[in-house]
Amino acid sequence: MKDIREDIAWAKINQDVLKSLENPRKLYWVILFVALAMLGVAVGCEVYQYNVGMGVANMDNPHMWGLYIATFIFWIGMSHSGTLLSAILHLMHADWRKPIYRFAEAMTTFSLMTAGLFVAVHLGRVWQIYYALPYPNERGAWPNFQSPLLWDAMAIFTYLSSSIIFLYVGMIPDLAICRDRIHEGWRKKLYTLLSLGWEGTDRQWRNFRVTYLTVACFLIPLAVSVHSIVASDFGMSQQPGWHITSFPPYFVAGALYSGCAAIITLFIILRYVFKFEEYMTLPILKKIVRLTFAIAMVWTYLNAVEFASVWYSHDQASKDVLIQKASGTYAPFWWAMIFCGSIVPLALAFKRFQTNIPVLFAVSLLLNLGMWLERWMIVAPTFSHGIYPWTWDHDQWPSFVQWGMVFGSFGWFTLLFMVFCKVFPSVSMYEVKEMVYHRSKETKKQEETGKFAAAGKGAH
Amino acid sequence: MGQRHLLALYSNFDEAEAVVKELRNTEIKGFDVNRDLIVKSPIEHPEVEGFLGNKPVRVQWFTLGGSLMGGLLGFFLISGAQANFYAQFKGGKPIVPFPPNFVLTYEMFILGGVFISVLGFLICAGLPGRRSPLYSANVSEDQIGILVKSDDSAANALKAIFVKHQALEIQEEAGK
Repeated sequence: MKDIREDIAWAKINQDVLKSLENPRKLYWVILFVALAMLGVAVGCEVYQYNVGMGVANMDNPHMWGLYIATFIFWIGMSHSGTLLSAILHLMHADWRKPIYRFAEAMTTFSLMTAGLFVAVHLGRVWQIYYALPYPNERGAWPNFQSPLLWDAMAIFTYLSSSIIFLYVGMIPDLAICRDRIHEGWRKKLYTLLSLGWEGTDRQWRNFRVTYLTVACFLIPLAVSVHSIVASDFGMSQQPGWHITSFPPYFVAGALYSGCAAIITLFIILRYVFKFEEYMTLPILKKIVRLTFAIAMVWTYLNAVEFASVWYSHDQASKDVLIQKASGTYAPFWWAMIFCGSIVPLALAFKRFQTNIPVLFAVSLLLNLGMWLERWMIVAPTFSHGIYPWTWDHDQWPSFVQWGMVFGSFGWFTLLFMVFCKVFPSVSMYEVKEMVYHRSKETKKQEETGKFAAAGKGAH
Repeated sequence: MGQRHLLALYSNFDEAEAVVKELRNTEIKGFDVNRDLIVKSPIEHPEVEGFLGNKPVRVQWFTLGGSLMGGLLGFFLISGAQANFYAQFKGGKPIVPFPPNFVLTYEMFILGGVFISVLGFLICAGLPGRRSPLYSANVSEDQIGILVKSDDSAANALKAIFVKHQALEIQEEAGK
């Protein structure tokens, strides 16, 4: 089965994608409303925490990070899928990515925006966030350049700004299509402004191609560095359960994993809501599913490496944390993480599930639940069973404020994402045209070769 | 002598290629194929480069400059701040520690590279710019446009070539 029909007219591609900017199914509005309500919960919790103080989040010593930092890592991880689909697969000339990379890039951008919010929320005194900026000041307070937390801030800023630029540059030819096809209103003005006068001249395409490739080349090491640095927040400390050499690759694998799972979820939603059945096809979904399965196995392997290296090390404190995870207060969540992250993806190995939309939707949600639990299980157990005995058995259950913020962050992300998909084309029109063009050309060539071979020409 | 701009639209790349080849092989007074010909297309098409001939892309130089500038700026800003040891007490540790500074330098290297590459793209591609008056919205849909600028005297010969290759539409206007 082909990834995409090769006889779709280019005009129809424009028409179908532009229709998504105007007439989504009713489910779109339901999702938007639910997302807004979820965001409302988070705003309420933040206002409460802002007025009363961090105590309402149930933060205490040693539990200073809680769900905020766990969810921060989760959203950073989610952002890696856009880079994977856009940049890595672009360099590998995997053209099946073309109908779906745009929304994956948008996902990257909005995940990073969501993650960034958690840093501010976690600080408590958000009005003093500028203390983190390195500039000479009369307080004599300087950020510590040797701290991975500062590297984190720099890496995330770089990743966010580069991702926005990558998303925007890749969208310029499509914005020109929108400008040409939409005849009035604020949209026309917006597209005219953002398309920068793009005309599709040979000079523009030539420079566009090189720039897109260049930025893609930058984004790959950047994405790896971002999650390696997030891993350093933990790995460079002396805390048991965190001071592990394999943490950076483990974090990167986990990031790609949760990102791919989220792509499956959003693929299914967008396919239905915007009637993209012809572009977001089942063969493409199958390819993402296989990719997700492969990454799930890498993640499982790295998990096993982590457990084994802790178990066979002579570091009793780390070993105790591992035992605590598997049998202490957090055990149900830890085992749920193993189940969702390592057992559930085995379903993806079966052909009949690889294109079964209801099953894939459920599996993708479970995978992401597993990945969120993974981040929580990295953060919380170490705090409740650290090196010092006073931390032992100091379990913490997050308050409703923390849960509310986590819940609301999904609303914030969904809101941004769905608004984006309604305002900007979530399927890249010019790249789908390229895909159709090159594939039909290839097929014609193959048919001609087949004819020659059948006629006995060229066989000798 | 006055100038004339012509835009011919074609339904596929083969026809557009044939036109460009004929324009290259025909000597037309008042028209320089290397300077006065622009091909507009709805997709990035490597063959266009093939039949237009190699034209240099200079974005890479911006990339090189941007990434080096970003990296150096990052390293010296951080080291400069650290060297202000009256403000930052080091307690005997190196004033400018290279391994941690490398991480931030690396991020700034990428940031500079990305930002300046995009700036380079805008400069090299002539963006943002005003659309030329001879623009057809069909070019962003499914047609290939060939825009030529020539002296008035050459316009008829060019038009004849466009018609010969079955242009879907020919637009014309007086140039400046």
